[in-house]
Amino acid sequence: MMGQLPTDEQEVQPPPTADRKRVGIIVTFALILTLLGLLAWGLKKAQAGPRESGMAPDFTITGFDGRTVTLNELRGQVVIVNFWASWCPPCREEAAYLEETWRKYEGEGVVFIGVDYVDTEKEALAYIEEFDITYINGPDIGTRIAQAYNIQGVPETFFVAKNGELRGVHIGPMKSPQLDEKIEELLAEQYP
Amino acid sequence: MRNIKRKLFLILLTIIASFYAVGVAYAQDGQPGYPTDDDVNRVAKKLYCPVCPNTPLDVCETKACEDWRAQIRDQLSEGWTEQQIMDYFVAQYGERVLAEPQRKGFTSLVWFLPLTVVLVGTGVVYEILKSWRKQKKVTVDARPIPEVSREMLEKIEREIRELD
Amino acid sequence: MIADIGLVALTIAFLFSVYATFASAYGGWHNQLTWVESARNAVLLAFPFLTVSVIVVVYSLYVLDFSLAYVYDVSSQAMSPFLRVTALWGGQQGSILFWAWLMAGFVATVLLRKWERDRELMPYFIATAMLTTAFFVGVALFITNPFMRLWHIEGATELTQSLFQPANSMPYFPEDGGGLNPLLRHFGMIGHPPTTYLGFTGFVIPFSFAIAALITGQSRGDEWIRTTRRWTLVAWIFLSIGLILGGRWAYDVLGWGGFWGWDPVENAMLMPWLTGTAFLHSVMMTEKRGMMKKWNMILIILTYSLALFGTFITRTGVISSVHAFAKSALGPAFFAFIGLTFIGSVTILYLRWDTLRSEHTLESFISRESAFVLQNMLFLAITFAVFWGTIFPLISELVTGVKITVGPPYFQRVTGPLFFVLLLLMGIAPLFAWRKQAMRALGKVIWIPFLASLGIAIIWGYIHRMHPASIIGLWLVTVTLSLILAEFWKGIQARRTTLSENPFTALFNLIGRNHRRYGGYIIHISVLLIALGFIGDANFKLETQGTVSSGESLTIGDYQLRFDRLRGYPGSDGREIVEAVTTLSQNGETIRALNPRRDYFIVQEQPVTVPGVYSTPGKDVYVLLVGWDDGGQSATFKIYVNSLINWVWIGGLMMIIGTIIAAWNNPYQREMTYVLKPGGLSSHPLLQEG
Repeated sequence: MMGQLPTDEQEVQPPPTADRKRVGIIVTFALILTLLGLLAWGLKKAQAGPRESGMAPDFTITGFDGRTVTLNELRGQVVIVNFWASWCPPCREEAAYLEETWRKYEGEGVVFIGVDYVDTEKEALAYIEEFDITYINGPDIGTRIAQAYNIQGVPETFFVAKNGELRGVHIGPMKSPQLDEKIEELLAEQYP
Repeated sequence: MRNIKRKLFLILLTIIASFYAVGVAYAQDGQPGYPTDDDVNRVAKKLYCPVCPNTPLDVCETKACEDWRAQIRDQLSEGWTEQQIMDYFVAQYGERVLAEPQRKGFTSLVWFLPLTVVLVGTGVVYEILKSWRKQKKVTVDARPIPEVSREMLEKIEREIRELD
Repeated sequence: MIADIGLVALTIAFLFSVYATFASAYGGWHNQLTWVESARNAVLLAFPFLTVSVIVVVYSLYVLDFSLAYVYDVSSQAMSPFLRVTALWGGQQGSILFWAWLMAGFVATVLLRKWERDRELMPYFIATAMLTTAFFVGVALFITNPFMRLWHIEGATELTQSLFQPANSMPYFPEDGGGLNPLLRHFGMIGHPPTTYLGFTGFVIPFSFAIAALITGQSRGDEWIRTTRRWTLVAWIFLSIGLILGGRWAYDVLGWGGFWGWDPVENAMLMPWLTGTAFLHSVMMTEKRGMMKKWNMILIILTYSLALFGTFITRTGVISSVHAFAKSALGPAFFAFIGLTFIGSVTILYLRWDTLRSEHTLESFISRESAFVLQNMLFLAITFAVFWGTIFPLISELVTGVKITVGPPYFQRVTGPLFFVLLLLMGIAPLFAWRKQAMRALGKVIWIPFLASLGIAIIWGYIHRMHPASIIGLWLVTVTLSLILAEFWKGIQARRTTLSENPFTALFNLIGRNHRRYGGYIIHISVLLIALGFIGDANFKLETQGTVSSGESLTIGDYQLRFDRLRGYPGSDGREIVEAVTTLSQNGETIRALNPRRDYFIVQEQPVTVPGVYSTPGKDVYVLLVGWDDGGQSATFKIYVNSLINWVWIGGLMMIIGTIIAAWNNPYQREMTYVLKPGGLSSHPLLQEG
C-alpha cells in the first residue's frame, strides 16, 4: 500500500487536497478571529463600569403616578438620575436623604428622576409610600435605561449637567452632604 | 416480509402515540387553593431571575425573586394565563428572563445553526469517507503477498483481533 | 517575613520557567542537546520553588496571617483548619498559583521519567509546556499575586494592597478576615477544584507532545501517541471526577434539587471533556490502523484550547454565570494568551498538515473505522451545540443589543438526540470488525438484545404510564447495557469452554488479560449509569411546595412529609441555624426523620440551605426548608423526588475503577511482540505496550 504505483497516486491526489486545505485554513482562521473579536468585545464590556462621561443617554420614563418625563427636554436644569429597587437594602439607606434633598432644591432648576430597576409594582409603590417620595419614579421597562447607563447594580446615582452632559456617577448609597455638594457644583455652571 | 414489518411499525407507532394523550390532560385552575405554590413554580420554572445570573426563578432565594413569585401568584389568581404572565415579564424585564430562547428574530439563530451544522457536517463527512474509499481504489494493485497461505493468514488475523 | 520567602520563590520559579521555554526551543532548533538538558533541569527546579510558594500561602492561611490581602479575603477566625487550607483555591490569586503549581508538577513528572526514548520530541515538548506554565506563573507573579499585603497610607480612608511598602504607610493587621464564601464551605471544596484543575492542566501534556510531534515532523509515526496515552487518561479521569464532584456539590448546597444546570462555567468544563473523550478513542484508530492522525491533532488542539477558553470565561466573567470569580485584571493577559494558543497551534497544524498522512484507508462504510469517524462527528456536534449555546448570549448582545438567556431547554433538546445516538453507538461499535463489518453478521448478534430491550421498555413503560421520551431512554440504556454485558458473557463463555475455568475466575482472567478492552467496557457501563441519572432527572422528577402547620403533612407521589417542629441554635463557623424536624413516610409507613435546615452566616450576611435527604438506589427524597413564620408554628417546604439520581454517583465510582483497570500496565501483553510484514494483514505491527 505504501509507495506503490507512485505515478497513479500522485496524479489523483494533490489538486483536490491542496485546494481543500487552503479553503479549510482560511475558514478556520476567519472563525478564530471572529471568536477572538467577540471575546475581546465581551471582555471590554465586562470590565466597563457605569457611564460617567459624554452626553447622558436620553430616555423617556412614565412614573407610577402617570407623569411622563423625557431627559432631553430638561436642558437648562440639573438632573439627578437615581437607580433603585424595593428589594435593595442599601437603597433604603439613602431614600430619606434623597427625598429631603429634592424638597430642598425643588423649583430651583433641579430635577430628580427615580428609575425603578427590575421591580414589582406592588413593592415599589409600598417603598415610595414608606419614604413619602414626591419626585417622579417609574419602572425601567425592559431594563433599557439601565442598559443604556450600564449600571452594575443598585443604588447608582448619575449627575447630569444643565447642558445634558454626564458629570459622573455615585455607586452605592449617597450620604449627606455628598448630594448637596454635587448639586451646588452643577447649579453653579453657566448655561448656555 | 415487508408487509409484516410495516404492520409492526404501525402498531408500534400507535402504542407510542397513545402515550401522548396521557401527558396532555392536566388539571388547571378551578381547584381550591389555586394558585398553589406548585402552580406558581410551574410558571416560575420557565423564567430566570432578572437580576441574579443564570438562576431559575423558582429556586432563587433573594427578596427580589420572592417579590416576583408573589407577583406571579397575584396574576394567576386574577386569571392570567401562563403565556400572558411570560409576555408581561419579557416586556417588563427584557428577553433574558426567558429560560428558553424564543424561536423568532435573531434569537432563532441559536436553534437553527446547530441543526444546519449537523446537516452540513454529515454531508462533509460523507464526502470525506467517499474520498478515502476513492484513494483506496486507485492504489489497489498490490504486490502479491509473499508465501503465507490463506489459512495461516486468517488464523493470525483472528488471534490478533482477539488480543485487540 | 514568611510572605517574602514565598514571593522570592515565585519569582525564581518564573525565571526558571521562562528560561526553560527558550533554552529548549533553542536547543531543539539548533540540535544542541546541552541546551535541552539545561532546560530540563530548569523545569525540575522550577517545581520545587513553586511548591515553596504554595506552602507559604497555605501556611499563611492556616495561621491566619491577615496582613496578606489574600488571607484577609478568603479566611476568617471562624473557619476550621481544614477549610482554611482549602481556601488556597478559594479566590482568584490562590487558585491561579495552585493551577500553575499543578501544571509545573505534571511537566516535571514527565521529565523525570526516562526521556531518552522521546529525545526528538523533548525540546519542543518542554518549550510548549513551559511556555504555558510560564504564562500562568507570570500571571500569579505580576497580576494576581497572592503575596500582596495590606497597608494603611497616612490620611487615606481605604486600605491599599501592594507587594512593597508604599511611602508614608504602615502595615495593617486586621483582626479578622472576610472568610470563605459560605457556599464553598463544603467537602466538595476539597475535591472539585483540585480534580478539575488536574484535569485541565493535565491536558497540557498530550497537547505539548502533539505540537512537538508536528514541529519535528514526527507525527508520521505514532510515537507521541504511545507516549502520551496514559497522561491523557490521567487528565481525562480527573476531569471526569471534577465534573461529577461539581455536580454532587451543587446538589448538596445549592438547593435546587439538581446537579447539572447548563451554566456557562459548567459547559466550559464539559466541552474539553467531550473533545478529550473523542481524542482518547480516536487515538486507538491511529494505533491500530495508522488512520485519523489529522483528527487526533484537531481534537487535542481543540481540547486544550477549550480548557483555556473555559478558564478564561470563568475567571473574567465575560459570560455571566453563577460561578464567576470576582473581577480582576487578568482578562487582557488571558485573552492575549488564548489568542496566541489558538492561532499558533492552528498555524503549526496547517504547516505540517501533509505529514499527517493516513497509512490505510477506509474500506467499507460499515466498519470499526467508520464507527470511529461517526463517534468523532457526534462528539464534535455536541461540543459545537454546547459551545454555541454558551456564547450565543454574548453574540446576541453584540448584534442586537438585547440580552438573552440560553437555558437548559435548549441544551437538552439539541444535545439529547445526539447523545442518544452516541450512546447507542457506544454499545454497537465494539461489535464492528475492523475494515469491514458484514451487516448480516452484525444483525445476527444484535437482534435479540435490540428486540428484547424494546419489549421490556415498552411493557415497563406501559405499566408505569411513562412519557414516550422516557421509554426511549429506558430502551437505550437497556439495549446498550445488554450489548456490553454480552461482550463480557462471550469472553467468559470462551474461557470456560476452552480452559474450563469457573465463571468468576474466567471473569477475573478475562479482565486481567486485556485491561484496555474490558476496563473500557466498564467505563462504558459507568457512562450508561450516569446517563440513567440524567434520564431520571429529565423525565421522572417530581416536585412540590407547600406551607404546613405543625402536625400537618405534605404529599408527593406516595410519600408524606409531616412537619413536627422548628428549632434554632448557633452552629460552627459563625452561623445561626434554623432547623425543621420532619418525618417522612411512604404509603403511611414511617421511614425516618429528616432535618432540612437553613444556616445563616452572620458575618457574610448570607444564607445557605441544607436539604434533608432520604437516599435509595431508586431515588432521593430531597426536602428543603424554604421559609417559616416567626412563631415557628408553620413552615414552607419544597420537596423533590429525584428518581435514579444516585446512579450518577455510582457510575462515577465505577468510572474511576474502570479507568484504573484500563490504564494499568499489562505485563502479559507486553510480551506479545509480533513483527509482521506490512501490507496484507489487517493490523499495524504490534509493538510493546507504551
